[in-house]
Amino acid sequence: MKKEFRNTLILLGISIILFVILTILMDSGILNIYYSRIVILICINVILAVSLNLIIGVTGQLTLGHAGFMSIGAYAAAMATMEMNLPFPIALLFGGIVAAVIGFLIGMPTLRLKGDYLAITTLGFGEIIRVVITNIDQLGGGRGLAGIPPKTNFSWVFFIMVFTILIIYNIARSSQGRAMMSVREDEIAAEAMGINTTKYKIMAFVTGSFFAGIAGGLFAHYLMYIKPEQFGFLKSVDLVTYVVMGGMGSLTGSILSTGILTILPEGLRFLNDYRMIIYPLALIIIMRFRPQGLMGTKELSMKVFDKFSKGSDK
Amino acid sequence: MDFLQQAINGLSLGFVYAIIAIGYTMVYGIIGLINFAHGDVFMVGAYFGFFASTNLHLGFIPSLLIAMGGAALCGVIVEKIAYKPLRNSPKLSILITAIAMSVLLENLVRLKMTTDPQTYPETLLPQKIIHFAGLSIDNRQIIIILISILLVIILQFIVFKTKTGKAMRAASFDKDAAALMGINVNSIISITFAIGSALAGAGGVLFGILYSSIDPYMGIMPGLKAFVAAVLGGIGIIPGALLGGLIMGLVETFSKVYISSSYSDAIAFSILIIILIVKPSGLLGKKTREKV
Repeated sequence: MKKEFRNTLILLGISIILFVILTILMDSGILNIYYSRIVILICINVILAVSLNLIIGVTGQLTLGHAGFMSIGAYAAAMATMEMNLPFPIALLFGGIVAAVIGFLIGMPTLRLKGDYLAITTLGFGEIIRVVITNIDQLGGGRGLAGIPPKTNFSWVFFIMVFTILIIYNIARSSQGRAMMSVREDEIAAEAMGINTTKYKIMAFVTGSFFAGIAGGLFAHYLMYIKPEQFGFLKSVDLVTYVVMGGMGSLTGSILSTGILTILPEGLRFLNDYRMIIYPLALIIIMRFRPQGLMGTKELSMKVFDKFSKGSDK
Repeated sequence: MDFLQQAINGLSLGFVYAIIAIGYTMVYGIIGLINFAHGDVFMVGAYFGFFASTNLHLGFIPSLLIAMGGAALCGVIVEKIAYKPLRNSPKLSILITAIAMSVLLENLVRLKMTTDPQTYPETLLPQKIIHFAGLSIDNRQIIIILISILLVIILQFIVFKTKTGKAMRAASFDKDAAALMGINVNSIISITFAIGSALAGAGGVLFGILYSSIDPYMGIMPGLKAFVAAVLGGIGIIPGALLGGLIMGLVETFSKVYISSSYSDAIAFSILIIILIVKPSGLLGKKTREKV
């Protein structure tokens, strides 16, 4: 069997088992509403982190405006269910597509820039998106948009998360994915090998924006209330932190660090005011001893499966 | 007349942005990294000035000096914790530690003071309106502009006329070669952080006087805009940061008055994006060919 296909099946299997366990825990009340909320937020953050990892980790383009695309998806999907009465899945898809289209329009001119310049331009676009939404009265403006129907539940979030991970995993291991990685490693060398670097950068950017938009839609239909400040510069920075701490290009790393960094501030609640002092200190200590991120560029346990299958192939 | 009035408002804000932007540019010039905690060093400086004037009842100049000293110390601590141990790590890891330092500073100040905005003491620099040729000019704005110009002149003197300045320029040109010439690169980097942070601290006090209110999160937006200013002028170039800061201040003020106050941030960022797309190295930046 092809390696990617087999890994996909293994991932699917693991996630179904995980889903059953978590659903049982939630239904039986062992995980109360507070914990379920954290689990759902982790899933949404994982979608965001994994999609951002395609742009930052796999393609090596630092963007600081990912929350902007999330907000576009959130508002577009909310409008789709509230004003157009579209069914939830189509509204999510609509949010994703709108985010992807705007991602394409923004990516076209900006992805010619490199490194810090790209970071600052995407940051600028993220802020512009926020300011524009704040000024559109139909979207609630600065007051925020309330009364979004509560459609997001655990099953939706979980399976969309699994779907996102599978898609990004397979993109990263396809020939397009290898082209993206060559852009990350050395753009000039990649160009010399005949790779259309702009095309692959835009491809990664648009795919990332699409999934960010879907995550935004899920987020809006879970909280039932969104406002522009939720998707500011600091949210983008949080997402970049998830990716960098997990390790560039490592999807399992992103998942792991998103889990840790979403739980950590909640778990530190007993420290009250000291919570937000311990959190950055923990970040500094982790980066001090693991500057390449928790997982580096490696994926968790895939090697174990390889050894396992080599044994069985004989 | 109204135009001139607004130009003065814009210039005083622009000079504050400029002296923050110079700190970004100096640090970038020497280590090639954006100091994400710079906006919070600016905030710490504003609080040091606040503390000096309310608790120690000092005048304007001593308060300003204390703010600069406190911010410089803070900047050096940021460098020692977030930058020095990771000097050979991937750039993005350092970005994360710098962001963590920024969150840490915000929350330390929040814990020590309060989250609520504090009124900056009026007595620090009493307001006096000067009527001149039909304009009513706030003396504080003039003082802010003069102090900023003075600081830039002192900085130019340090960078171009002293031995430390020569070492700084050498280290920003080629760190390894500078080390071979007997320059202690580590201490030069610390000095650069200290000078840049002292300027940010002065900026914090001036900003506090200009807006008469400070809070632990005040550094985020001015920091971001000063950063934009540094990139706009060409990052790593001190006159560029000055020019970028002035442009940002003027654009923000004029767009607030003549276009829309709610869109002024978006307009400032749009200008940056247009300039970066047309001339990616910034207004005064030199075009560098990438060598393979």
